[in-house]
Amino acid sequence: MANNGTGIRTRDQVLDREETRTKKTVVLDAVESLPNINGSLNPSYSSFSQTENVLSFSLLRSGICDLNRLQRIREMRDLQLPLNQTQKIRLRKALQQLQELASKASTSASVTVTDTIPVNHEDGVLKGHGTSELDGEVVATLCGVVERVNKLVYVRSLRARYKPEIGDIIVGRVIEIAPKRWRLEINFSQDAVLMLSSMNLPDGIQRRRTAVDELNMRSIFEENDVVCAEVRGFQHDGSLHLQARSQKYGKLERGQLLTVPPYLVKRRKQHFHHLEKYAVDLILGCNGFIWVGEHVERDNMVEDQETKSEQQNSKLNRRTTSLEEQESNYNLQEIRQNICRIANAIRVLSSLGFSLNVEVLMETVERSIFQNLDIHEMLGAEFFVQIAEREVERRISLTKKRKG
Amino acid sequence: MEYVSPEGLRLDGRRPMEMRQIRAEIGAVSNADGSAVFEMGNTKVIAAVYGPREVQNRSQQINDQALVRCEYSMANFSTGDRMRKPKGDRRSTEISLVIRQTMEACILTHLMPRSQIDIFVQVLQADGGTRSACINAATLALADAGIPMRDIVTSCSAGFLNSTPLLDLNYVEDSAGGPDVTVGILTKLDKVTLLQMDSKLPMDIFENVMQLAIEGCKAIANYIREVMLENTKELEYRRGI
Repeated sequence: MANNGTGIRTRDQVLDREETRTKKTVVLDAVESLPNINGSLNPSYSSFSQTENVLSFSLLRSGICDLNRLQRIREMRDLQLPLNQTQKIRLRKALQQLQELASKASTSASVTVTDTIPVNHEDGVLKGHGTSELDGEVVATLCGVVERVNKLVYVRSLRARYKPEIGDIIVGRVIEIAPKRWRLEINFSQDAVLMLSSMNLPDGIQRRRTAVDELNMRSIFEENDVVCAEVRGFQHDGSLHLQARSQKYGKLERGQLLTVPPYLVKRRKQHFHHLEKYAVDLILGCNGFIWVGEHVERDNMVEDQETKSEQQNSKLNRRTTSLEEQESNYNLQEIRQNICRIANAIRVLSSLGFSLNVEVLMETVERSIFQNLDIHEMLGAEFFVQIAEREVERRISLTKKRKG
Repeated sequence: MEYVSPEGLRLDGRRPMEMRQIRAEIGAVSNADGSAVFEMGNTKVIAAVYGPREVQNRSQQINDQALVRCEYSMANFSTGDRMRKPKGDRRSTEISLVIRQTMEACILTHLMPRSQIDIFVQVLQADGGTRSACINAATLALADAGIPMRDIVTSCSAGFLNSTPLLDLNYVEDSAGGPDVTVGILTKLDKVTLLQMDSKLPMDIFENVMQLAIEGCKAIANYIREVMLENTKELEYRRGI
């Protein structure tokens, strides 16, 4: 193209270009009319996106700014998949169905920043999170969904950092060891604090923590360890404290940590899941950190940690351990594969933006096994589209059940 | 040089009151808490927001509000001839400061004490009006990151060439050396948070030019809100029950 300098076009060039563009549209339309031939053989992604650009260009030039048509359908946030023509259409259709279902089912209203939230002032209003008052009106300060509980009106934000609530089960990563405490990264606006005194010692005895315990803190958690704990509450200085006063909490080993947006994990009764079929532990942390790891018998954990700390204390010992012994410490290949499979299922679901729970997750995993997919194939385009379609079916059946 | 032809068209074929094509997209950087791409014609800007997160430098921690930081940079390939200078020159430090102050005015910082919010904006294609585009992109990225805001800040520039007020100057018009007014407003509160001008203008004309820029800001705000609402709805319906 004849551009001068920084890509600024003179008027004649613009007009010139417009002409060529309209021509191109016609040609591309012709290509599009044979989607299957084109699509099944090779991904026609490039030609498709080109047409869209041309479309948006001409629309704007003619002054019609229809947002819905203009906006490219954004399939996913993290994964960039080469979808072919048919897959694109299928995915688009599935997402459209989801949208229709959601609009039918719920009466909830989405708002953006500065939108006025309609309220009945006669009943009295309690303004909650994400709202403020402006000229006697309740105004949203976040993008999200309006929730009403009796008089309380608040905005539930979607893509935001984790907001802790007391009793939440979370997974975090140790980033610093400070006097009598560990600092954990938990996707909150501050680092959380886990006090040495608010966790059970490995020997399981209740007693005062001594200076020796403090010196041995690294034998419990080191930097970069992944830890599971519970939210204890905010201290009066505003810092967030955690506790780990049970065998089920503690260090997590031999597995994968995944991070998803926290709004995808719902607060439930159960966050620890032992998937017996796969010999895998799954922890859905409320903060969007998800742990998939080898199953550990929690009753034996005390012993495990003891033996481990012994090992760590005597570094000489560790050096003398033979290769074979080290190998036996690794988990079985089968279990490792299961872990990866579950992790990939989580990746697919979260990049589609579907909420995560064990049932859906297990269904996804089983589907992949049923189809004899390799683990890496789970992140491919075909499986991705299938999961979207499956979710549509699932939600349709759910709404039917509710009605019936 | 003639910037407005006798037929009333500008160098790139626009009318004096016409804005360039704008396009915004939320979610361009997967690792960031919030991100957006904003385009005004050939100007293209990407913004990423990290935070609220733990303050990196403890001595900067503020006990009753969040610390807002901003970094503006231009990609080496963004201008016509490849830029050789490394980042950190005077111009980009100044623009970083301007963006930081503008965004700080709209973020409800008191809700996130002892934390820090980092805004990174980078110009991918520069064709005039980069600071306006950066502010618009930053607003979108902040909203995507779920950071509470008082209002939506949008920004737009306007100029005065060939005795005609022109909206949304591009690079050629910008480098003509005429007056260039960049305005940032809080749309709902109708308040000005940013006002910069190069060169001089008579008082009465200035008011016209500024009014034109404000109209531009409002048009951008409408578009931005549409994009945000669309994005929120999509997230919500995808999540399901």
